[in-house]
Amino acid sequence: MVSRTSFRAGLTGLALLLLTLFAASSVRAADDDALRTLLMQLREADFTEKATLIETLVNMDHPRIAAILGALPESRLYYQEEGDRMVIALGDDAEIAIEDAITGQPLGQVIKRDLDRVRVNNHLRSLIEDRLASLGLSSADPGKRRAAVDAFLRNPKPEGAARLKARLEVESDKKIQELLTAALALVDLASPDPAVRVQAAKALGGWTQPEIRGPLLRVAAEDSDATVREAAKAALAKTEFRLQMLGWAETLFFGLSLGSVLILAAIGLAVTFGVMGVINMAHGELMMLGAYTTWLTQQYLPVNWSLPVAVPLAFLVAALVGIAIERSVIRFLYGRPLETLLATFGISLILQQLVRSIFSPLNRSVATPDWMSGTILLGPLEVTLNRLVIIGFCIAVFALLWLALQRTRLGLEVRAVAQNRAMAKAMGVRSARVDALTFGLGSGIAGVAGVALSQLTNVGPNLGQNYIVDSFMVVVFGGVGNLWGTMVAGLSLGVANKLLEPWSGAVLAKILVLVFLILFIQKRPRGLFPQRGRAAEV
Amino acid sequence: MTKIMPKLSHWLLAGALALGTTLAHAADTIKVGVLHSLSGTMAISETTLKDTVLMLIDEQNKKGGLLGKKLEAVVVDPASNWPLFAEKARELLQKDKVAVVFGCWTSVSRKSVLPVFEELNGILFYPVQYEGEESSRNVFYTGAAPNQQAIPAVDYLMKDLGVERWVLAGTDYVYPRTTNKILEAYLKSKGVKEEDIMINYTPFGHSDWQSIVADIKKFGTAGKKTAVVSTINGDANVPFYKELGNQGISATDIPVVAFSVGEEELSGIDTKPLVGHLAAWNYFMSIKDKANDAFIKQWHTFIKDKKRVTNDPMEATYIGFNMWVKAVEKAKSTDPNKVIDTMVGIEYPNLTGGMAKMLPNHHLTKPVFIGEIQADGQFDVVWKTKGLVPGDAWSDYLPGSKDITADWADPKIKCGNYNTVTKKCSGQNYQ
Repeated sequence: MVSRTSFRAGLTGLALLLLTLFAASSVRAADDDALRTLLMQLREADFTEKATLIETLVNMDHPRIAAILGALPESRLYYQEEGDRMVIALGDDAEIAIEDAITGQPLGQVIKRDLDRVRVNNHLRSLIEDRLASLGLSSADPGKRRAAVDAFLRNPKPEGAARLKARLEVESDKKIQELLTAALALVDLASPDPAVRVQAAKALGGWTQPEIRGPLLRVAAEDSDATVREAAKAALAKTEFRLQMLGWAETLFFGLSLGSVLILAAIGLAVTFGVMGVINMAHGELMMLGAYTTWLTQQYLPVNWSLPVAVPLAFLVAALVGIAIERSVIRFLYGRPLETLLATFGISLILQQLVRSIFSPLNRSVATPDWMSGTILLGPLEVTLNRLVIIGFCIAVFALLWLALQRTRLGLEVRAVAQNRAMAKAMGVRSARVDALTFGLGSGIAGVAGVALSQLTNVGPNLGQNYIVDSFMVVVFGGVGNLWGTMVAGLSLGVANKLLEPWSGAVLAKILVLVFLILFIQKRPRGLFPQRGRAAEV
Repeated sequence: MTKIMPKLSHWLLAGALALGTTLAHAADTIKVGVLHSLSGTMAISETTLKDTVLMLIDEQNKKGGLLGKKLEAVVVDPASNWPLFAEKARELLQKDKVAVVFGCWTSVSRKSVLPVFEELNGILFYPVQYEGEESSRNVFYTGAAPNQQAIPAVDYLMKDLGVERWVLAGTDYVYPRTTNKILEAYLKSKGVKEEDIMINYTPFGHSDWQSIVADIKKFGTAGKKTAVVSTINGDANVPFYKELGNQGISATDIPVVAFSVGEEELSGIDTKPLVGHLAAWNYFMSIKDKANDAFIKQWHTFIKDKKRVTNDPMEATYIGFNMWVKAVEKAKSTDPNKVIDTMVGIEYPNLTGGMAKMLPNHHLTKPVFIGEIQADGQFDVVWKTKGLVPGDAWSDYLPGSKDITADWADPKIKCGNYNTVTKKCSGQNYQ
């Protein structure tokens, strides 16, 4: 008896469940159909029609909207003729995995050329991004809230002001509070009441963002009311002063960053040329090998982890090649600088062509890890992260090299051989071994520099050529055989170049620096910090 | 017996054929010169074109050759060294006696070989977009002239994107300087003020773009829509685009339209930060067309790498090669004089639709496309010209070349530098 009632209850329950399931799926089906129709329209539409369709899409209530809006600006939404459906691609390669845009069901691998891309242009891309960003105004993530206000700044509409005001009352983050106030002032700048406009202009002084400075400039030039124009001009003066200060700080940072790249490129040369007196024209190619090592590690490791692994690997590869060069060629040519120069130049050409034959003459694409992309605020100054990392890297490499030369047994022997070879030999230093290791050390550092360069410039067979002249310049300017000289020379050349550049243009700046250097060497042939004492005579 | 006989005769025939082809090979081939740098700075771009010519020759030979003869490639390496280009060109024409040469990339290499081709009466097909202001009887320019690339791109930015402020950034040599001169004159003729144009030149292979990009950023924050027109060449593009991405300049803020950045250049860059920046070309790999699909397939089979891309100069090489084949077939000879006279008027279909036609000034009619960079390193076409644009050798916007035309078909003119006002031909003076 008991079992029967429960059975009946169970049966009714099941029917109810089925019914709701059925109802739900039919609702979903209707939604799916509407979405499908919309996406199909999107495929056929021109760019103006697409804009209206996207507005509808944003307001549609469907679980897949977020995925579709994420795929659209990245050009990953496709139409697949076979199956007559819209799909989302999950990668960028020629052969990609796809999923159904509406159901999210995986559909396996296809060849991308067989798909038909839903095209978007810059206008649509920014439209989608703005719409997505403005949804994040009440997000728990401050970054998203900031993006939402930024999106509003790009496209300030009075309708949105109420939402911003509501947010401002509960906002806890101070930076976002200020930004919100500025955004509201920007809306007020278009108010019909001149007094409100004056207030708004005053509040906007000192904001350097183009979204704020642009409208302020327009008001200062075109506003019908003279007091408003005056207020805008006063506010702009504040902005300009700030911009100028930021400009100087920026130039200094650019100079330091260029300097650190020069030091990285030259410091290995400071060891081989400065300490050993070997003119190594293949120095640039050793950097190139380091950069290619970075590329190779990225083929096997995720991008974010590849660089820390690439640094020791590049050191090892370049050092081994360096030792091989020293043992096979250079050791026979000590004391004959002209022949060394020619032989190493030949080696540099061989290495270049070798890379061309093995890896192809085309450049290799080395990706920048996430932790090195974008900008960071250093106080009021916005600096690019990759440059900052490279400045830090340069300091670390310099410190390590200095420690190696001052505090290790090898460093002691290197300095001893550099100062007086015969005496060092008499004291039991195996000078041939020291020579090989010193050259390996210098080459290894060149390889490490190559890892840094792979983040800034092309990784291709010509990478080395572009830096070899600069490297020699830095070493000669700093004084041969002096690490600190290399450091000071690199930094001052970098800063000088960047100070000259805005004033004279990049081409002339380079020439001016070179002319200055030639004159300087005429006056002081031994560079900024010449070696003194007996070592200088060798 | 009956079973063996056909087999035997089969072998005999094959033997005779093999002998025949080797004989023909030794005595009777048409030699095609390939003058592209395979080492040095330009190897990055030019090696691909060498491979393209080899592929086209291979294809033509499979079809039975030309005039009953096989084509034979003579490949030399001018090593990105401009004077060496002239020496190698002389070697190809005098020693190897080639019927035609496909080659050069940079304008300076073309200028270096020009006197050699005119002196020895050779034929050169030049497949790269260039600055114009030249038309030689011995050269066929299958790339774009400025009015087939630069001017339409600027028009697009002005009309469709509402750009009012312009940065003209280029590498410091003849192509960017001349193109920027033309563009500056064109912009001013459209009412753009002096202070809304910023011109900037950088050395070859410039790698530190921090301050220039910062300057562009500053120039772009004056409240007017700003765009960068880039004639930056070769390797310098990678650090330039990297710096743009790093300083957070996206295509929605300040779009960059480039004339020297194609699919091949992008294959060496991580393109995610560049999505939306523009390029103007007469060909994009992404354009769907039967001819283009077939060409890409053929290229992948030939180069044995499915990841390799195709680009605009490859299409120009393809059109030039096939036009030469057509002209030779029509003239029934490879004699330079006959071929040069037959070339004008020859038509061959573009890979992206439409018909390329060799004009009397030795330039082509071409469609112009504007593409936006995508995350996969390809371009999506966002705009194209309604029809084909005829190449103009002498720009209408420069005071010096306004009245000059080139016409190698009209027997009364037969000149590459003909002044329509004074009715005089200035011979080989191209300035």
